[in-house]
Amino acid sequence: MREFRFDRPADVGDAVRRSGSDTAFLAGGTTLVDLMKLEVMSPRHVLDINRLPLRGIDATGGGLRIGALERMSDVAADPHVRRGYPVLSRALELSASGQLRNMASIGGNLLQRTRCGYFRDVSTPCNKRQPGSGCPAVEGENRTHAVLGTSDSCVATHPSDLAVALVALDAKVRLRGRDGTRTVDLRDFYPLPGDTPHLEHDLRPGELVTEVVVPPLDWATRSTYLKIRDRQSYEFALSSAAVAVRRVGDTIVEARVAVGGMGTRPWRLPAVEKALAGRRAGEDTYATAAAAAVEGARPLRHNAFKPELMKRTLIRALLELEQPR
Amino acid sequence: MTQYEGITRRGLLGLAGSAAVAATAPSDGGSAAARTTTEEVAVRMTVNGTATSLTADPRTTLLDALRDRMRLTGTKKGCDRGQCGACTVHVDGRRVVSCLTLLASVDGATVTTIEGLADGDRLHPLQRAFIDHDGLQCGFCTPGQIMSAAAVIAEGGARTDSEIREQMSGNICRCSAYPGIAAAIRQARAEMR
Repeated sequence: MREFRFDRPADVGDAVRRSGSDTAFLAGGTTLVDLMKLEVMSPRHVLDINRLPLRGIDATGGGLRIGALERMSDVAADPHVRRGYPVLSRALELSASGQLRNMASIGGNLLQRTRCGYFRDVSTPCNKRQPGSGCPAVEGENRTHAVLGTSDSCVATHPSDLAVALVALDAKVRLRGRDGTRTVDLRDFYPLPGDTPHLEHDLRPGELVTEVVVPPLDWATRSTYLKIRDRQSYEFALSSAAVAVRRVGDTIVEARVAVGGMGTRPWRLPAVEKALAGRRAGEDTYATAAAAAVEGARPLRHNAFKPELMKRTLIRALLELEQPR
Repeated sequence: MTQYEGITRRGLLGLAGSAAVAATAPSDGGSAAARTTTEEVAVRMTVNGTATSLTADPRTTLLDALRDRMRLTGTKKGCDRGQCGACTVHVDGRRVVSCLTLLASVDGATVTTIEGLADGDRLHPLQRAFIDHDGLQCGFCTPGQIMSAAAVIAEGGARTDSEIREQMSGNICRCSAYPGIAAAIRQARAEMR
């Protein structure tokens, strides 16, 4: 690990004022400390923000406001989250391990870095880590890599389960910078890699995620998150689906669908949502709709199984929503 | 621990380690102008009921502080990347991996390690249960398994076998003593409730 200076800013304004391009904010540390040990990240200045008052889960007035420093395990256990947005609590419960969920913050979860092995290995090139150095994954080991939103420069998946669920819910992030506060749709927060895969989010230098806002969606009570992976627990997704369905009788009126493990960013699927709306709930409808998910998918040498897996994940997630709960 | 004429295995390894550090120090400090000077951080915490204060390089993890500075070597360094759970301890009553916890970030916290779990010579119900059920082979992951399980049971988890498997998935046992580990947790759960 490279040397750095460690400070604890007194308040949010102080944190933002003291941060710069060589600064990293420390929350749970599960990404930052890991990547500092690997020297993938080497900030000269670490600002410990854990004492800042960016806490609380507020469900008054519909929707949710979640402080960026709330821990994954606390959000997953919150009764408002569990009752109103099971897709969120499931996505969190299926992430990482009990220890890491106790540590990792909601803001940090959304900013975690890809698990691409080339990104994590400083002895290999990586356009994300070192712009212009090349992408060994395009022709190399790419079984776990993305099939949607890829470019010749980068095929890394976005690793967050939570972000997939939040994107399905039209969530927003509140950001605080030196010039004030702004709110960004999480869907627009992550750019496609294109030829600039090192630009992973819409944060300006020094800007801090302060809150996650989930708009009211009363029918999100019928929602879930399904995750398919190489081992049953404590593993990143090969494929995952966040689904919510509003039904009147047997008819689907509206749906929200997003997938993980497939895209270079959390991947909302409006075409699938459209194919579900107005149809009768059932496996045939789900299979037809899921076919729209894989349009434009570009499999690599080792992950040709992913489009089919994505379809099956979606169908199973939608079938699981039919189970009485 | 095996002892040979006052020399312990750990003491010998420690000596070899510090010799290696001393040998590489000159090259590390060669271009002093190019590096920032690390300012040490002061940390106070309560470890196993004892108030402790120390200053350390900000890069120091809680794991390394416990093992190297406080000689609490019950907490193990497995992967050192947050992937195996061998370094699990409790910080303010919550289980965390100490390898990804910067010491500086737990200033003011209460830390419990495997050394703080027994009541004097009376083993904790989980420690007893791991012996009763052979919940280990080599034993390297055991302190982390026990600290993790203690928190899971305290949180009201481990109610079923599938909950035990899911909630303990952050603790890897390369000897694969999982059936014994699960049986030990079932037994201790009944005693601890």
